[in-house]
Amino acid sequence: MDRRELLKGTGLLMGALMLPAYGRVVAAEVLSTKLDVGFKKKLADVALNAATKGGASYCDVRIGRYLRQFVITRETKVENIVNTESLGAGIRVIANGAWGFAATNDLTEDGVAAAAAQAVGIAKANAKIQTEPVQLAPTPGVGEVSWATPIVRNAMDVPIKQKVDLLMSVNNAALKSGADFIRSIMFLVNEQKYFASTDGSYIDQDIHRIWSPMQVTAVDKKTGKFRIRRGLSAPMGMGYEYLDARKDGRIVLPGGATVYSTSYDMHADAIAAARQARQKLSAPSVKPGKYDLVLDPSHLWLTIHESVGHPTELDRVLGYEANFAGTSFVTLDKWKSGNFKYGSDKITIFADKTQPHTLGAVGYDDEGVKTQRWDLIKDGVLVNYQAIRDQAHILGLKASQGCCYADNWANVQFQRMANVSLAPGKDKQTAAEMIKNVENGIYIIGDGSFSIDQQRYNAQFGGQLFYEIKNGAITQQIEDVAYQIRTPEFWNSCVGVCDERDFRFGGSFFDGKGQPIQVSAVSHGSSTARFNGVNVINTARSLG
Amino acid sequence: MNMFNEQDARALLEKVVKMSKADECTATLDGKIDGNIRYALNNISTSGVINDCDLAVSVAYGKRVGTSTINRFDDASLEHCVRRAEELARLAPENPEFMPAIPKQAYKPSNTWSDKTAAINPDFRAQVAADCILPCRKDSLVAAGFFNDTQAFTAICNSNGNFGYQRSTDANFTCTVRTADGQGSGWVARNVADVSTFNTKSEIGIAIDKAKRSVDAKALEPGKYTVVLEPAASAHLISDMMEGFDARQCDEGRSFLTKKGGGNRLGEKVFDERVTLYADPWDADSAVVPWDEEGMARQRTPIITKGVVDSLEYSRYWAKLKGKQPSAKHGNIILVGGDKSTMDLVKTTKKGILVTRTWYIRLVDPQTVLLTGLTRDGTFYIEDGEIKYPIKNFRFNESPVIMLNNVEEFGKPVRVTDDESNFVMMIPPMKLREFTFTSLSDAV
Repeated sequence: MDRRELLKGTGLLMGALMLPAYGRVVAAEVLSTKLDVGFKKKLADVALNAATKGGASYCDVRIGRYLRQFVITRETKVENIVNTESLGAGIRVIANGAWGFAATNDLTEDGVAAAAAQAVGIAKANAKIQTEPVQLAPTPGVGEVSWATPIVRNAMDVPIKQKVDLLMSVNNAALKSGADFIRSIMFLVNEQKYFASTDGSYIDQDIHRIWSPMQVTAVDKKTGKFRIRRGLSAPMGMGYEYLDARKDGRIVLPGGATVYSTSYDMHADAIAAARQARQKLSAPSVKPGKYDLVLDPSHLWLTIHESVGHPTELDRVLGYEANFAGTSFVTLDKWKSGNFKYGSDKITIFADKTQPHTLGAVGYDDEGVKTQRWDLIKDGVLVNYQAIRDQAHILGLKASQGCCYADNWANVQFQRMANVSLAPGKDKQTAAEMIKNVENGIYIIGDGSFSIDQQRYNAQFGGQLFYEIKNGAITQQIEDVAYQIRTPEFWNSCVGVCDERDFRFGGSFFDGKGQPIQVSAVSHGSSTARFNGVNVINTARSLG
Repeated sequence: MNMFNEQDARALLEKVVKMSKADECTATLDGKIDGNIRYALNNISTSGVINDCDLAVSVAYGKRVGTSTINRFDDASLEHCVRRAEELARLAPENPEFMPAIPKQAYKPSNTWSDKTAAINPDFRAQVAADCILPCRKDSLVAAGFFNDTQAFTAICNSNGNFGYQRSTDANFTCTVRTADGQGSGWVARNVADVSTFNTKSEIGIAIDKAKRSVDAKALEPGKYTVVLEPAASAHLISDMMEGFDARQCDEGRSFLTKKGGGNRLGEKVFDERVTLYADPWDADSAVVPWDEEGMARQRTPIITKGVVDSLEYSRYWAKLKGKQPSAKHGNIILVGGDKSTMDLVKTTKKGILVTRTWYIRLVDPQTVLLTGLTRDGTFYIEDGEIKYPIKNFRFNESPVIMLNNVEEFGKPVRVTDDESNFVMMIPPMKLREFTFTSLSDAV
């Protein structure tokens, strides 16, 4: 995930005009409609036939309509409201044992047939230096089926005025509570994806996601210092109901900070962010050294994502991502040994593409495989990876695990991370009870700066809120904290995970991988967990 | 049709602008044909061609604005897109920061097109992959790489009579070569506008050599070291620093160029006097389209001159508020250097570290532009002007502002792009003192 990809993901680098706009939903009629399934099936059949006729032994067609809406504000102004719509078809084939792919926005029978022929041509050109033909794990054709994200209220149907009123109220609340600046955004995504393949599947899916991040800044002009506190929401696979600010979505943590589960009170979080940003300006700087860390799920999701989610992607393990995202320390010999201790016996981590409210939840992946749940690490031991159809045979699997994804009709689908989560602890324990036993620690809430090497050994993470723990009690807010880990040592230093009452999701809306780079959205759940003896550095610097 | 010629793009955009009944209308059209090939484990993994084109329409009634985009161009779709933008605008409240559509600009074309790059076909891409894979297979090494070529056009038109059209091409090559046991890794990258200046066979030799030489890396203690950074290793860090040159951010107290007590540090010496950085859309090696996303004409602009902050970027709104001249967003940045190659800088280094590539760079503290990241794919210890041995990768925590105060020497700039930067950059190899490595990484 990175800034450029975030911008790319929002369409702001796509040549779209970046002028401020505001309004009620214009496009209500556009954003609420769908392409006729019969039309999509007809086009898909044309492409499948053209590919087969051209010599393809396999073909899949994805006809996608990708709708996005962004409401972007700062302080008392709406900077921009953007509705984007992108429609086209991506056609993937195997010919002469090699993959080929072509995409087109020309959704006529001639257009998709030409793209299918182009994909076959590319596959044949590639086959000339291919040493091993693609081995595709079988997946049953499912006929004509459909799946939709279980939402209560389609966010695309909510009038823009209501969205703007919410963000303006959020911004005003932050400014009144001590913020100098605030940027708040609402991102809405609707992927209307139609998948058809020569296996006999015709799958129509309607997927919804929502994210409403904010960034609150406090400035001390006298010293020239500024501090930022970002929102503590999570991007979710939900409708507009996520922003309903229900009381049952609110969790007050030890030390007084409030975090959220499946309902976000953006207004209350903005007020807290303003106050905490100002407190950060005068909070003492951390003394570097070894600390016991108590990590809230709003923070831990990102550590799980980087140090477990990515290294257990089989394409990375095998070397397919060696040129960019990198390889993985979780090599096949470690898995084959059956006893690689990834973490302590408190650690069970699972992949799951079916959990409600998550970003990765779909009925079928982008190569027509029904989604599922499976363990990656069981009681500390590595037991599995994340694999798709052309990789399954490497693990001796008879079928894909269903984690193939493309971020657009124009990009080819490939292995992407499922939702990867830390299972709750088996023993009853709350975060407050966990903190009571910590002598010298730091309690970290919210995700911050993140970086990890190309094999996922050495990582560094920041956060939003840092609380010093002394002799079982939270003493004060501190600043300039980042911790550095070596992945297996870190997970083996885990001495406790709170129970399922504390289980919450965080997630990434724009996780980047691949060349050309593609984004995907993925959730990671956990309960609060404790890690002993972690190296904490001080990030304060002087520019003279 | 996705690659419109100038005549067709103008006809379509003028039609769109005329369709609008709003006070003003601006329309942009961006199309591209993007071909790519990706290979790993000495085999081609994915390859394809993407055709797409987007129209964006922005209209205003007074200070009320609406924007809409679409990628279909029949008359009904165009009409629909314009009416959608108009409906948005009519419903909008006045935006106090509204700036009217730009007046007619004089765009001096820049040389961003190459017929040879535009003519790249699937066989050419497959040959690039083969030229990397075959020598690696022969040498028991493993190649993973990506070659991407783009032909694109951008066109802009508004109701003030402004119009611009320009085509561009770009080819980008990266390849990682690893030893079969995974103990050595080397990397090479090349970005060109004209593919006739690119030769896969000579480029791949660089990655092969680094892969072989990086086996059996020794561990050095983390700490402050003199470093020789290859251009690709520092490009991302320099690019990230450029956000701090936004005048509004400075004046609001949110940049490293903010002055204590208020205001900004324009005119102050903030960097070593050997640091001179500018933007120039017509630069022969790093030409970019001579206007920005808003349509503002880009100019050759000094940014840092001999260490002194020479200019800040003023948006039209902020310029009006502050009584300054507005400036277009830069499309390229050029850091002035000398004539020496990376290896020439190594030769003059008593003790230091050569860094091929940096990775996963993220902002730790915006106050100081403190960035963290890691070295990768070719990190070597230098002693008495020679590369002595490979070393294990490091994590660094360093600010480009501090880096550019610790300059020992700059070499000859080369064209660099970065997956996470919007700039085309001319960056020299650089020798810097006291670069801060904070921990070791086991990653190869």
